[in-house]
Amino acid sequence: MLIIGERLSVISKKVREAILKKDKAPIQDIAIEQWKAGAHMIEANIGPAEDDGERLMEWMVTTIQEVVPLPVSLDTTNPRAMEAGLKVHNNQWGKPLINSTSLDPERFIMFELAAKYNVPIIALTVGKGGLPRDAEERVEIALQLMEKAAEFGVSLEDIYLDPLVLQISTSQEQAKEVLRAIKLFQDLNDPPMKTIVGLSNISNGCPKHLRPIINKYFLALLMHEGLTAAIANPSEIIEVVKTINVIKGKTLYAHSYLEI
Amino acid sequence: MNFSIPKETYAGIIPEIVFGKGKKAYFGGQSALPFHFFEGHFPHKPLIAFEIQDQIPEDYPEELAKTYSSVWDDTLRWARFCESLGAQAIALRLTSTHPDSRDSKPEEAADKVKKLLSEIDLPLIILGSNHTEKDADVLPIVADASRGYNCIIGKAQEGNYKTVVASAMAGGHFLIAMSDLDVNLAKQLNILITQMGFPREKIIIDPMCSALGYGFEYTYSVMERIRIAGILQGDSMLCLPMVADVGFYVWKTKETQASESDIPEWGSLHERALMWEAVTACSFLLSGADLLIMRHPEAVKIVNRFMNDLFS
Repeated sequence: MLIIGERLSVISKKVREAILKKDKAPIQDIAIEQWKAGAHMIEANIGPAEDDGERLMEWMVTTIQEVVPLPVSLDTTNPRAMEAGLKVHNNQWGKPLINSTSLDPERFIMFELAAKYNVPIIALTVGKGGLPRDAEERVEIALQLMEKAAEFGVSLEDIYLDPLVLQISTSQEQAKEVLRAIKLFQDLNDPPMKTIVGLSNISNGCPKHLRPIINKYFLALLMHEGLTAAIANPSEIIEVVKTINVIKGKTLYAHSYLEI
Repeated sequence: MNFSIPKETYAGIIPEIVFGKGKKAYFGGQSALPFHFFEGHFPHKPLIAFEIQDQIPEDYPEELAKTYSSVWDDTLRWARFCESLGAQAIALRLTSTHPDSRDSKPEEAADKVKKLLSEIDLPLIILGSNHTEKDADVLPIVADASRGYNCIIGKAQEGNYKTVVASAMAGGHFLIAMSDLDVNLAKQLNILITQMGFPREKIIIDPMCSALGYGFEYTYSVMERIRIAGILQGDSMLCLPMVADVGFYVWKTKETQASESDIPEWGSLHERALMWEAVTACSFLLSGADLLIMRHPEAVKIVNRFMNDLFS
């Protein structure tokens, strides 16, 4: 399973401050920590970035790739910032990922960028009618997103369907709908559609000590359903990923399997 | 419509082993399952090393004695004889160091190794006596004595790997890592070895050998599983060359020893014995062995012919 390190996000105070001061060191420390912990890709979440988003995304991508040999997942709603990130991204270690598009027409430009730069894209199953109610509604939106992708010339193999993980503390019944959606999404195409989640949203709003517990057990269930990728804290989930891969027979067991 | 052979996609390449100082020997480097020439690149054929010992062998049956008894009292002469038979590499087994044999000292073994290396220009594989504790005493001294000769030494096992790995690392040698017929244990041992800082690309897996009729299928399927996990599933700890220590196991069997008068229905002892070694070896080539350690020159010839036929 693809692990995308979530920690470089404007939601974090430390990251926000480093961005404001254009201080590379804290950003690079977090990037390195996630790489060492097992991330395959680093998320750069700069938020809406309405002012000077282009320069900010460029700075984030180059700051990260100066120290870690990994591709970057670009997270912003600002299309100009997105394109600036795609342009400056070093593809030597893999393609960047566009995070994200949805059925909101304002976000269709992200499909355009995915086609133009020939890169994968996250498609959030959020429609015009607000948050999806259940797995079936997510599948319906996913189908419409797949149609849109075809219109823009984005190959289905470049799409990561995101069922939108909601908070367990306020929308408990949605957790099992997300699990079902992961399974159903895969049946929409052959080869199966790729799937992705923003994992830690499940425990958003929960007491701090519960968060890793909820995240980890939820991930185990998601992996059982066939999840392709997770945006998460690598050091928190790496044991789960390695162990589930052993249990499902994807990696061969050895006593030191956690150490490699 | 033309038929096209469906092709596997592979996740790994077996590291290439180049050992020896003056004259070099090669194996590994392939990117597909054994002899799947249509799916990958095979830069080298599997290599056969001739086994010799550091004393007059205690358990060589008649068929081997006929070939080697005129040279086996002198390690150097024995090696030269193998060279004259066309050996591309020599595997020296230090049997005299075993506590149940002569329990000879590590320094004595080191002197023999040094002499051999200075007189013979063939790549050398140096094997202990397969006594876990004694090998931990012998192999460091021997690895040091052969420093710079780019040998293969072994075998590192669960019980002695720390010492053996450290000495192979210090001597700049390749390493044979042996585990007991188990794919998970083979992976585990390689993890432990690489955790010591030993380069993965210098490990050769010995999944433990066996002879036809004596647990052969077990070794065969363990080898197969190791190769599939390594090259197809991309398990880097198993994506490594493998050795089959064929002669050691084959020449213990009844089929290589029972005389024609004892069991007339088994036919010619000579033919039967060398075919036993040749067939065991050829079969291990199919399960993924890259290095074969063998004893009878006629058996080696048959295996080489088999390989050449497949490679041509």
